[in-house]
Amino acid sequence: MSKIKTTFKDALNLAIYQEMERDSSVFIYGIGVPDHKKIFGTTNNLLERFGSERCFDTPISEDSLTGFALGAAISGLRPILVHIRVDFSLLSMNQLMNQISSFRHMSNGEFKVPIVIRNLIGRGLGQGCQHSKSVQSIFAHFPGLKVVMPTTINDAKGMMAAAIRDDNPVMFLEHRWLYDQEGEVEEEPFVLPLNKANKIKEGSDITIIATSWMNVEAIKAAQILEKHGVSVEIIDPRCISEIDIKTIMLSVLKTKRCIIADYDWIHCGFSAELSAQIYDHCLCDGRSLLEKPIHRIGFAPTPCPTARHLENEFYPNAIHIIRSIEKMLDLEEIDLTGEEFYSHEKKFKGPF
Amino acid sequence: MIDINFYKNLYEKIYLIKRVENAIVDNYMDNAMKTPMHMSRGSESIAAGVCSACGDRGQFFGTYRSHAIYLSSGGDINKFFSEMYGKENGRFGGRAGSMHISSPESGHIASSAIVASNIPVAVGASFANKIKNNKKIVVVFFGDGAIDEGNFWESLNMACLWKLPVIFICEDNRLAVHTYKNKRQGYNNIINIIKEFNIKTYSGLGTDAEIVYNITEEAISHIDTFNQPCFIKLEYFRYLEHVGIFSDTNQNYRKEDTWKEPYDYFEKLRIKLINNNIDIEDIERNINNIVLNAIDHAKKSSFSDPKELYRNVFYVEN
Repeated sequence: MSKIKTTFKDALNLAIYQEMERDSSVFIYGIGVPDHKKIFGTTNNLLERFGSERCFDTPISEDSLTGFALGAAISGLRPILVHIRVDFSLLSMNQLMNQISSFRHMSNGEFKVPIVIRNLIGRGLGQGCQHSKSVQSIFAHFPGLKVVMPTTINDAKGMMAAAIRDDNPVMFLEHRWLYDQEGEVEEEPFVLPLNKANKIKEGSDITIIATSWMNVEAIKAAQILEKHGVSVEIIDPRCISEIDIKTIMLSVLKTKRCIIADYDWIHCGFSAELSAQIYDHCLCDGRSLLEKPIHRIGFAPTPCPTARHLENEFYPNAIHIIRSIEKMLDLEEIDLTGEEFYSHEKKFKGPF
Repeated sequence: MIDINFYKNLYEKIYLIKRVENAIVDNYMDNAMKTPMHMSRGSESIAAGVCSACGDRGQFFGTYRSHAIYLSSGGDINKFFSEMYGKENGRFGGRAGSMHISSPESGHIASSAIVASNIPVAVGASFANKIKNNKKIVVVFFGDGAIDEGNFWESLNMACLWKLPVIFICEDNRLAVHTYKNKRQGYNNIINIIKEFNIKTYSGLGTDAEIVYNITEEAISHIDTFNQPCFIKLEYFRYLEHVGIFSDTNQNYRKEDTWKEPYDYFEKLRIKLINNNIDIEDIERNINNIVLNAIDHAKKSSFSDPKELYRNVFYVEN
């Protein structure tokens, strides 16, 4: 067993490559999958190694490509469908919600539906309102779909392998700004559970529950706050469709203060569901065990703009997290002069 | 000279569909079959002809109007009625009802109640068959209303592009729910349009099972020889309302056309069998008994434990 130096995107690529090597029923397809850009490098070497029967380009027909996955899956293949922007998968909601999510239940468990749908999410260079969404809560609303958001390189490799081996449909949401993250990962194939949270950082004063890219912002916030004597614990739920409430509650009951930083809109979102579940578990003898109400951070309640100054206002970041924690702990505002934050130009290189 | 058993087989399938649907009509008003019924009456010959021509090679994908496909593929009659009554021994334990009935073991893989949405699923299944080289032929049934949907055109394009072994069968009754073609379609002849794709097209009368059989057989042979999908348009008359067990030709939106062909055809088929010394009454009596017993069996069967609801949302390893 040996570790290799890699990046998030290469770890995704390696997991897919290894699973395609391991199981000849796995194939990968979607708009631009085998082209020269290779979905930011995540589909490198697949066409060359496995041929055009198992790695192929498609017409721009998202809904039917998704129904196609269902037909292939119930016939014994294991499709991986790629959407280079999650926004495009919204065109396939009919097949996702009317067919795929209900197919196993409707057939009384007779069919397995092993499908992975990779959706790239998040910011780039001014992606505007139609190339910038995340929408995990929409997918997770429907029983029958697994929805996961890997954050670390280890997640990228282990959760991708697990998703491919899973006999259920998995929506796999990959944030582009995590792609350049550098670090080490086990070279040999391995799987991580698709329903377990991950403690990103140990702390004692407050818990931040962060999804996807928000973990990077949370780490940045924690580093700054630590210089001012505040100890932050960070928990990454990783799975949206099934909340690992035990891991989350162990942290929340320790710190008694909780901020949810979800990479999505707040209204009717994952942070609302998670808050409700935390509150349910925090009641003891009619009294809440929390010192303060949960605070939620997410996208501004507007469509996403293009111009950078408006985009900066739209997306939540480390500064939002710091200011929220200061309020929750009754602290003076920290002077952030001289602190550097992440952007499209200043990429997060990891490791966590 | 065609073997008389060929006609006997077609007649048995058609008679079974008619008898089963008559039994639904006879019992539906008891309000014990709590599932919306989209009846196949008028299209019996399509299912009987296609399923007979495909035999064991067929994998059928249907719509919410799939009783005829289920029965023609050889689906279990007891499980059919138990499913209609929502009983635990129904084909899918009462989760499917009429709209999602299917019988994978006899080749009827799935039925969907969203117009056109099974077309891409069928194309995906035909892709898997091609990869596995198992010689299966996927047949996807849909109404002409499905041609208004993006799923139809997207799937047609993919099947032609990737040369998949799939037959698209348009069961054309000119109606989408209650709306005629002239209110929905901005073109004249769908066959002329589809001919521009890399596909073989056929059209014919869907009320004559022998015609349907012959066209389907030709289509299968075309797929085997030319490695190209096929599109077949078969016309028929929907005798009953869009959903429900009644005629709705008194509702002013349509007239009872002069479409008596299927029933003329059934009668001719029956006479042909009698003239060939087939004991038609024995065949019919047997089927009547099977259907009556199945209804009785379904009524006497139990409902599942309500906790069954929670099973099988996901596949879970034991």
